[in-house]
Amino acid sequence: MDHSSSAPVDYLHADRGIRSWIFTLDHKRIGVMYLVGIAASLVLGGLFALAIRTHLAIPALTHGTTPAASVPAVGEPAAVAAPEAAAVQADAAAGLAAEGQAPTAASTLQETPPRYLLTPRQYNRVFTLHGAIMIFLVIIPGIPAALGNFVLPLMLGAKDVAFPRLNLASFHLWVIGAVFFLAVLFTGGLDTGWTFYTPYSTTTDTRVVTAALGAFILGFSSIFTGINFIATVHMLRARGMSWFKMPLFVWSLYATAVIQVLATPVLGITLLLVAAERIFGLGIFDPKLGGDPVLFQHFFWFYSHPAVYIMILPGMGVVSESISTFSRKHIFGYRFIAFSSVAIALLGFLVWGHHMFTSGQSRLAGMIFSALTFSVSIPSAIKVFNWLATMYKGSISLQTPMCYALAFLFLFGIGGLTGLFLGALSTDVHLHDTYFVVAHFHYVMFGGTLVAFLGGLHYWWPKMTGKMFDETLGRLGALAIFLGLNLTFFPQFVLGSRGMPRRYFDYSLLLDRHPEFAGLNVLSTAGAFLTGLGFVIVVICLAHSLWRGRPAPANPWGAATLEWQTSSPPPKENFLRPPVLSESYDPYYLDDLEYDDKTGAYAGVPLGLA
Amino acid sequence: MNDLTALAPHGVSAQSEQGHHPHPDYVAHHFDSAEQQFDAGKLGVWVFLVTEILFFSGLFCAYAVYRGNHPEVFVYAHHFLDKNLGALNTAVLIFSSLTMALAVRAAQLEQRRALIAFLLVTLLCAFVFLGVKYVEYRQKWEHGLLWAGRYHATGQESNHGPEAASADRGAAVAAGPRAGETTPAVPPELPPEATASEDAPRLVGVFFSIYFAMTGLHALHVIGGIGAVTWILARAVRGDFNRFYFGPVDYVGLYWHLVDLVWIFLFPLLYLIH
Amino acid sequence: MKTAESGRQEGFGHVVPLGTLLAVFAALIVLTGITVAATWVDLGSANLFIAMGIAAVKATLVALYFMHLRYDHPFNALIFVVGLLFLTLFLGLTLLDTRQYQPEIQAAVENPV
Repeated sequence: MDHSSSAPVDYLHADRGIRSWIFTLDHKRIGVMYLVGIAASLVLGGLFALAIRTHLAIPALTHGTTPAASVPAVGEPAAVAAPEAAAVQADAAAGLAAEGQAPTAASTLQETPPRYLLTPRQYNRVFTLHGAIMIFLVIIPGIPAALGNFVLPLMLGAKDVAFPRLNLASFHLWVIGAVFFLAVLFTGGLDTGWTFYTPYSTTTDTRVVTAALGAFILGFSSIFTGINFIATVHMLRARGMSWFKMPLFVWSLYATAVIQVLATPVLGITLLLVAAERIFGLGIFDPKLGGDPVLFQHFFWFYSHPAVYIMILPGMGVVSESISTFSRKHIFGYRFIAFSSVAIALLGFLVWGHHMFTSGQSRLAGMIFSALTFSVSIPSAIKVFNWLATMYKGSISLQTPMCYALAFLFLFGIGGLTGLFLGALSTDVHLHDTYFVVAHFHYVMFGGTLVAFLGGLHYWWPKMTGKMFDETLGRLGALAIFLGLNLTFFPQFVLGSRGMPRRYFDYSLLLDRHPEFAGLNVLSTAGAFLTGLGFVIVVICLAHSLWRGRPAPANPWGAATLEWQTSSPPPKENFLRPPVLSESYDPYYLDDLEYDDKTGAYAGVPLGLA
Repeated sequence: MNDLTALAPHGVSAQSEQGHHPHPDYVAHHFDSAEQQFDAGKLGVWVFLVTEILFFSGLFCAYAVYRGNHPEVFVYAHHFLDKNLGALNTAVLIFSSLTMALAVRAAQLEQRRALIAFLLVTLLCAFVFLGVKYVEYRQKWEHGLLWAGRYHATGQESNHGPEAASADRGAAVAAGPRAGETTPAVPPELPPEATASEDAPRLVGVFFSIYFAMTGLHALHVIGGIGAVTWILARAVRGDFNRFYFGPVDYVGLYWHLVDLVWIFLFPLLYLIH
Repeated sequence: MKTAESGRQEGFGHVVPLGTLLAVFAALIVLTGITVAATWVDLGSANLFIAMGIAAVKATLVALYFMHLRYDHPFNALIFVVGLLFLTLFLGLTLLDTRQYQPEIQAAVENPV
């Protein structure tokens, strides 16, 4: 408590009233508001996920009791290879849609209604909105906009981001985009998958235009955050903070911002063209009008593959911070980790065609994209090996953020290595559109990004709220999520490699031939509920900390980065006096920070900090 | 930009400790100096311009794909565009770029009247540009020279959906040359091989899809520019700018030049096909 | 809002001379004329390259003088160039194979199921 006597009013109490939040220019408050919005979206997307898994478990559990036809849901039609098939699928979807709304209609589907949680129409909408919400509203803004917004200026020793108004505008755009997605949810849904593939997206009767405009607006929110971070890193570093004295989280956010700025506009124009196609019949992607449907996939993946690195890079930054801090050891290979972030950002632009191996893309392009894809694994591996080397002979303490960081290493390792199967042209043709793909990207997106997000949330929670959380509960939550996630998605690797296709509404026919698939499906669903339980524990842990947590000291973990050199929570202007760094400052030199048992905090000032 | 609200007492003491003069009110609290603020803003605007370039890049890419696949369509269809109006608009936009650059110069030199005058001329040019664009669009509209889904060069009313358009392909084939004759903008020397080509009239709507997408998006940017210049004009009238604080004029100027840059490429790509 | 110091100190940022701006404007107009005139001569595929080349020269002039890049921090120019590089990358890799599958598209359009 001693630090609070000299500290001014913290940012949480500096102003009062709802307007002081909604129209604040303080990057910390904007970060907290993002956090609230993202958490709400995460709950919504998570409930959709549980609905999907529950739906899929019911036929697996009751298999053999009632026969039913296997009905494919509409996936990503391979546009050129079979546009006619796409049309057939679209017709089938339309037919199913009509049936779904008319319970009296006679059809095989209606004979066995109790076997399904969802109608085909609902199922398509639920998995689409699960994907769209998780990607556009949760994972992409998760770490940069919520945690990054809060931490970046603090880490740089700045008073704010370079453009506070733009920062606020980007949050408001995020809210507007989220409202568009909610409007989609309540006015008829969306069933194209999160990828909006043409020609299905230009023919379905669901709310493609609303969703596309929502994603367009969210894209601008993301661009503005990126512009802000680039300018902040360039212009507002504390005096004496050269580029190689920046924390690695800042490097990762900088690399992320570069991708946000370079890739997102292409998504913007793509979605506008899809909307124009639907509203006016523009025809850019419609082969009947001379358009090129594969061009959509090129446009879409020029954004969406780099976007994968928008999602994972900040997570890697969080892990770099935690691993050094909780190993009580200087980060190993600082420059390599820093440059590998930039390398991932740039290489990420060269590989988008690996999403299109079966689209009709030429063999030459397929080979080039496949070969380039492997290059991304180099900087990723550099990071992983450097983290391992950091921990080597470190004094590791398994605090909650470190638990998440270790979970990240394991899960990202699996997710990354299985990506090689999908990046290799020949194996991808076999694994394309199977559950192997689903498992792979959930290991990376959930096991990577979301786990890192949770780790970062716990790491900076004391700084954001001024409260410590209960370590036991925190670790328990991390454990449940780690186990649940593996239980959910590891069986899907097995199912997928054996040929189970993804996005089907009903797998009864498949289960007739392969009864052994039923058990793995049920296991996967059980894992989803265990994961859900893990999230409940996390919420209880953090809520408990808000009510009952002991006040957080300025530096509870003993890190040397600048955000820990101000009070928790920080004052409105971040630092009582702007930090000035001398030549000897090093964000990962931890030896001058000693744990004090009496205060439960680290005392001391990092070397080279005035 | 004059962000005083957050200038807490601690902020002031921090400033004086650094031995600098106190903050003038046009410098936001988190910047040390007007120059740092200006440089940060300029950096941000340049990054934003890069996003604009990549925003347009999708359409340039689509253009390249279609021109590569249907070159005869482009040769045939560009005769429906009025080269003279296109050249006029190019000149208007370049002139507006000049006046915008002069406006920035006036702001740097604290010539308030000149600044206001140059901004007004820039605005005027923007409206002239849109006016010419309107004339061009109306000609296309009257002759049914619309994007692929609505293309009906016969001049008669049609409510073609995307599906119907391809079914009516045959009608469009026959109508292509005639539509050319009834369009005042078309020069008399239509290349015979273009009109004779079966493929050109069939997919001629492709060209107009690209034409409307590119010029339409560009026109939206001009409209956005009008808004931005108006905002700067209002602030110039209020007397916000001086030699240490002219950033907003410069930023809007950079945006306006980029809009000009895009048009510099659109003009030959759409109007001057050979 | 002027402060007392603004009368004494030099402002920052480069003020482009009036003559330079006018000369650039004149050059841009002349180049526009040339690019229109070039279409009167049939040079085959060279016409496209001439038109694009002239446009590139015009764009460079605008960027260097109207947009101050010649006098600006080099980093801003770097940002601009990086943007153009990624534009090239996007176009280049997309155009790499768009011709490959056109026959399939045409076949599918002409023989719908």
